[in-house]
Amino acid sequence: MPPKTQPIDPLASENHETLLRLHEELLRVRHAELALAERYKQQEMRTPTHFGVGQEAVAVGVCAALEKTDVAYSHHRSHNHFLAKGGSVYRLAAELFGRETGCSRGRGGSVHLTDLSCGFVASSAILGEAMSAATGSALAFRLGNEKRIATAFFGDAVAEEGAFYECLSYAALKKLPVLYVCENNGYATESPLSIRQPAGADISGRVASFGVRTIKAEGNDVLAVLTAAREAVAYLRTEGTPVFLECATYRWLEHVGPFYDHELGRTYRTEQEVAGWQDKCPVIKSRAAILEAGAADEATLDKMQTDIQAVIQADIEKAYGDPWPDPQQLFDNIY
Amino acid sequence: MRVLKYKEAISEATVQAMEADESIFVTGHAVDYPSGIFGSTSAAAEKFPDRVFDCPSMENAFAGIAVGAAAMGQRPMFVYPRADFMFLSFDNLLNLACKWRYMYGGNAGHVPIVLRAVVGKGWGQGATHSQSPHAPLAHFPGLTVAMPAAPADAKGLLLSALTSNHPVILFEHRSLFDHEGEVDEAMEPIPFGKARIVREGHDVTIVATSLMVSEAVTAAEELAGRGISVEIIDPRTIRPLDEAAILNSVKKTGRLIVADTSWELCGFSSEVAGLVAEKAFKHLKAPVRRIALADCPAPVSMPLEEAFYPKASTLANAVLELTGQNTENMSHIDEVSLFKGPY
Repeated sequence: MPPKTQPIDPLASENHETLLRLHEELLRVRHAELALAERYKQQEMRTPTHFGVGQEAVAVGVCAALEKTDVAYSHHRSHNHFLAKGGSVYRLAAELFGRETGCSRGRGGSVHLTDLSCGFVASSAILGEAMSAATGSALAFRLGNEKRIATAFFGDAVAEEGAFYECLSYAALKKLPVLYVCENNGYATESPLSIRQPAGADISGRVASFGVRTIKAEGNDVLAVLTAAREAVAYLRTEGTPVFLECATYRWLEHVGPFYDHELGRTYRTEQEVAGWQDKCPVIKSRAAILEAGAADEATLDKMQTDIQAVIQADIEKAYGDPWPDPQQLFDNIY
Repeated sequence: MRVLKYKEAISEATVQAMEADESIFVTGHAVDYPSGIFGSTSAAAEKFPDRVFDCPSMENAFAGIAVGAAAMGQRPMFVYPRADFMFLSFDNLLNLACKWRYMYGGNAGHVPIVLRAVVGKGWGQGATHSQSPHAPLAHFPGLTVAMPAAPADAKGLLLSALTSNHPVILFEHRSLFDHEGEVDEAMEPIPFGKARIVREGHDVTIVATSLMVSEAVTAAEELAGRGISVEIIDPRTIRPLDEAAILNSVKKTGRLIVADTSWELCGFSSEVAGLVAEKAFKHLKAPVRRIALADCPAPVSMPLEEAFYPKASTLANAVLELTGQNTENMSHIDEVSLFKGPY
């Protein structure tokens, strides 16, 4: 078994570049989602969209530990993972606008993204499918003696699906190189965990009973996620058996759509609860760590953000100007 | 040409395809048992022990696992010893596998997965070990649904499936496994969407699937002795469907019976009736007849089971009716099952 991965010390100067790289990626994902959510309000992205604002550190931390040749799958709230694995804002925006240049050529929409060039194989809207497909890719790597890893991102509600247990059992049985990343954000649409799983139920505890290695990480701390993911990846590459990484995090916006719940008068969670998690914002946390470590100053980080925002806006506008798919091609690619 | 049993034809196709393509693997419950899915996988299991392996009872996730493996370049073949267990796979099969190519705009590659489903019948197997969900599956764009009725088709269609770029499902009727027929030794894939004219005739067309093809042949032989000429069309795949073969036959005979191994309502027999009503209405001399399972779950008790399944005599009497003749007891033409249990 590989040695336990040491936590990344943000104060050590050799880690400063990592801090800045992670921060830049967090900003790219965060501001892409915020800009897309704002644009979404104009009713020109006609595809139900589940924004991942607030949960970026899980995607960014895990993907930073993966190689480009490793593959990832995701669920309905998939933009963070698509972008963090290397997908482009431009092709994502084009997909949301339903354009031919979208990553899925306007046939998939927000919940069906792909970009094989960076190893983001697919996202799907049905709970448990990402987990099944990632397990299958890991089976392919095992059969083909490849040293690659398959990753599945999914939420806590997947632990209520039967496929969850079938996959864990199979991956443990067959010793498959698959990394399961559970983003536990406490809600399935508007249903809190408390009404979905028995009191005191521990998802990782259940998973461990299959003989699958489990790791828990603070999901809003990108350094903590990266540390945990590096440990998981090292274990996967040497032992070749599955790892389950559970990250506690929180979704800021409504389940599907660009608004805060309180803006629409929803009462399944309080504005205070959301505000409490916003205080634990992964971007603020990352910025504070950089400033404390002296890896960059305020002005540099501000400029990093405005530069990223400008690129994102340009990408979105470019996507908007792209052509629609041709209805003559309605039947393309059925087989 | 050589004569092989249906199960031997499947076995030969599997071995030949695996020799030609090392990305094929075979799994599913009991595939590597000595009994090897009624003898259809044992030769492959012996020859490729690393690529033919048992699978836990996990039909739900496994359909998705097959997709994920296929997306990485493998060619999984998953076998359901009982087709009824396929219902557990419907999520990954219908929401993911069959939409993969389309809903990612062609940018996520292909997922060439092959599903073999064995359909049971008789000996009291009952309501949940006797179903053939070919019609609900054929409903979905992105799937190919094959129903080989003869040994040569079992081989040829499986070879096509194992070299295809998209998900293919084959429904194999258990009652056919010991049927014999001529089978080419060479690898000759049979294209999807190409019907087989089993028997030419000019009075009545019977479009029959799977086991109902041989029942139709028995009926046609009996009726030939009475001067009635029956044409039998086996579509071989119901998606894609060889519409032209069916329509051309109906244009010639003017009478149509559709004989299927599942129920009528929203089933394959209704689909063909709809097709002919839409595209060959003016050629019809009589109403279309659908011959399918009695509209209830499969019972167990012998007399009930006897009443549940249509057979050669059912078809023969339907032909007599359509040609304006009196029906009669023709149970003497029906095959007596020699099967000794248990299944």
